[in-house]
Amino acid sequence: MAMTYLEAVRETLRQEMRRDARIIIYGEDVGVRGGVFRATEGLQEEFGEDRVMDSPLAESAIIGTAIGAAINGLRPVPEIQFADFIFPAVNQIVQEAARIRYRSNGTFGVPMVIRAPYGGGIHGALYHSQCIEAFFAHVPGLKVVMPATPYDVKGLLASSIEDEDPVLFLEHKGAYRSIRGEVPDERYLIPLGEAEVKREGTDLSIISWGMTVNSSLKAAENLAKEGVSVEVLDLRTIRPLDTEAILTTARKTGKVLVVHEDNLTGGFGGEVSALIAEHALFDLDAPIRRLAGPDVPAMPYAPSLEHAFLVTPEKIEAAARELAEF
Amino acid sequence: MADVSEGLTPEVLMDMYYHMVLARVLDDRMWVMNRLGRAPVVYSSNGHEATQVASAFALDRGHDWVVPYYRDLALVLAMGMTPRDVFLHLMGRADDPNSGGRQMPAHWGSVDLKILTTGSVVTTQMMHAAGIALAAKLKHEPTVAMATFGEGSTSQGDFHEALNFAAVMKLPAIFLNENNGYAISVPARKQMAVPDVAARAQGYGIPGVVVDGNDPIKVYEAVKAAAARARAGDGPTLIEAKTYRFVPHSSDDDDRAYRSREEVAEAKKHDPLLVFEQELRDQGLLDDAKHQAVLDRAKAAVDDATEFADTAPDPDPSTLGRHVYHEAVL
Repeated sequence: MAMTYLEAVRETLRQEMRRDARIIIYGEDVGVRGGVFRATEGLQEEFGEDRVMDSPLAESAIIGTAIGAAINGLRPVPEIQFADFIFPAVNQIVQEAARIRYRSNGTFGVPMVIRAPYGGGIHGALYHSQCIEAFFAHVPGLKVVMPATPYDVKGLLASSIEDEDPVLFLEHKGAYRSIRGEVPDERYLIPLGEAEVKREGTDLSIISWGMTVNSSLKAAENLAKEGVSVEVLDLRTIRPLDTEAILTTARKTGKVLVVHEDNLTGGFGGEVSALIAEHALFDLDAPIRRLAGPDVPAMPYAPSLEHAFLVTPEKIEAAARELAEF
Repeated sequence: MADVSEGLTPEVLMDMYYHMVLARVLDDRMWVMNRLGRAPVVYSSNGHEATQVASAFALDRGHDWVVPYYRDLALVLAMGMTPRDVFLHLMGRADDPNSGGRQMPAHWGSVDLKILTTGSVVTTQMMHAAGIALAAKLKHEPTVAMATFGEGSTSQGDFHEALNFAAVMKLPAIFLNENNGYAISVPARKQMAVPDVAARAQGYGIPGVVVDGNDPIKVYEAVKAAAARARAGDGPTLIEAKTYRFVPHSSDDDDRAYRSREEVAEAKKHDPLLVFEQELRDQGLLDDAKHQAVLDRAKAAVDDATEFADTAPDPDPSTLGRHVYHEAVL
């Protein structure tokens, strides 16, 4: 049935919790209120206060205790209310959750999914709009998942919960209610580390992940009317990374535009670009182009400034057109 | 309230004493290995033996979890780690059960012994103990999780967050502070403006208990009471065991820079090994011959461990990339 991105999150959590009694959800306002975005609405009613808990307002505690709970046999799916608030928990995520398997020589593991809404365009200003993926994609031991569509939300969230390692599951706030799509009722899994060509094309490739995949598809549709054939590759997970899919599309079209909302410098687009430069340089017909958020500390509040920051379909279209003409 | 001295039979008292002596003899040998250039760094439990051994004995070992820090050699021995395991870890050997040679010495961890793997950033472990306790509570298991930490850790935000989280959720956790008066070189008076760590429990609505960390009976009783409270569903307890570290923070430290020899000599008059030896002699459980037998047994175990680890293989360099993620069992 057709549902929003947000509904896909909620219904997947519900389906997984019915299937696996080890799954618990906790975080700030996720219980009685059902989350500030309503991602967990109705879950406490169905599963009780033991499995869907309002926790003290302390991100390090939410993640740190989830590590202990995971080691003692549960499958915690803690929520960080806004991705921007994750930084007090970085020590627990990076130095503990991500390293526990390695440092114990494979004897301990932390099966946990940290859900966090990220991204801008919702008047969230500096501290409710950030893209945080690049910080965490740098960390071996973590997995970073960024779905673009309701269908992918379901398959990737189920896979993340089944995964034996810590997963950072980033949901774009702008997508929550604006992106709708068909989602099958039955359970299905999308493997972590498999990109998907969301639109076939021949003139150039846009490589993106998360919400900007949707913006890229809009741009591609408009460009098609001008006779420009754009392929859109959705990475879906940036760690593990589907290197083969990246190189395949780069070799196919010979022109690559990497698009992300996170700011440019040190953004994950640099990694994608480096891979192509290392392995497919002589298949290219144009320099790799990156389109990303500007290098300012974070997204400002005033609509004019927010709009100026955002990587919109119009900006993508313009950049793609320029690249196609190269 | 359960009898907190329950279980302290003569056999158990002697077993506790053996583990305290074993920890000291093992510790001394680790320093020798360091000075011989055979072990790059050593962290000691020297001085903390009563607190660590007695607290482990007060738990349901094999079922309850301990979530230790680097000072806890005597604790992990009391939980069942062998001198061989400790020396394999000290020398970074492939068969080190704590980490396969990946971690610095004193970074304990064993699934089988219910000793949680340890990092180096202090106080993160308090949160893990709360989480283990959370799972135990939700699964309706009578498991207790005990975190240990130095008094320096009480300055960290994680200390507050863990106590608050565990208290609000009434978790079956014990937070055992091993207060030896120094965080490396910084004395407790520069760490906190109250004389007792335990006083902070009041702010979380949980019991805070000060105990003589050099007296294993007192520590045993305090931990036993806290474990009973936890299992009854009444929530966590903060225990402060006041003790002393007789050696530098690590083999790379020189404690002469921050504390006088007179202070250390004074503290050694309350050496937990001496305190407990006297107690056992008073009870008629120990005489010179039995005392010597305990020492000989410990020394034999440490000799064996030293020899065993000395010739054990190093990790294969080809294993560097393993266990970053779960490896499916084929």
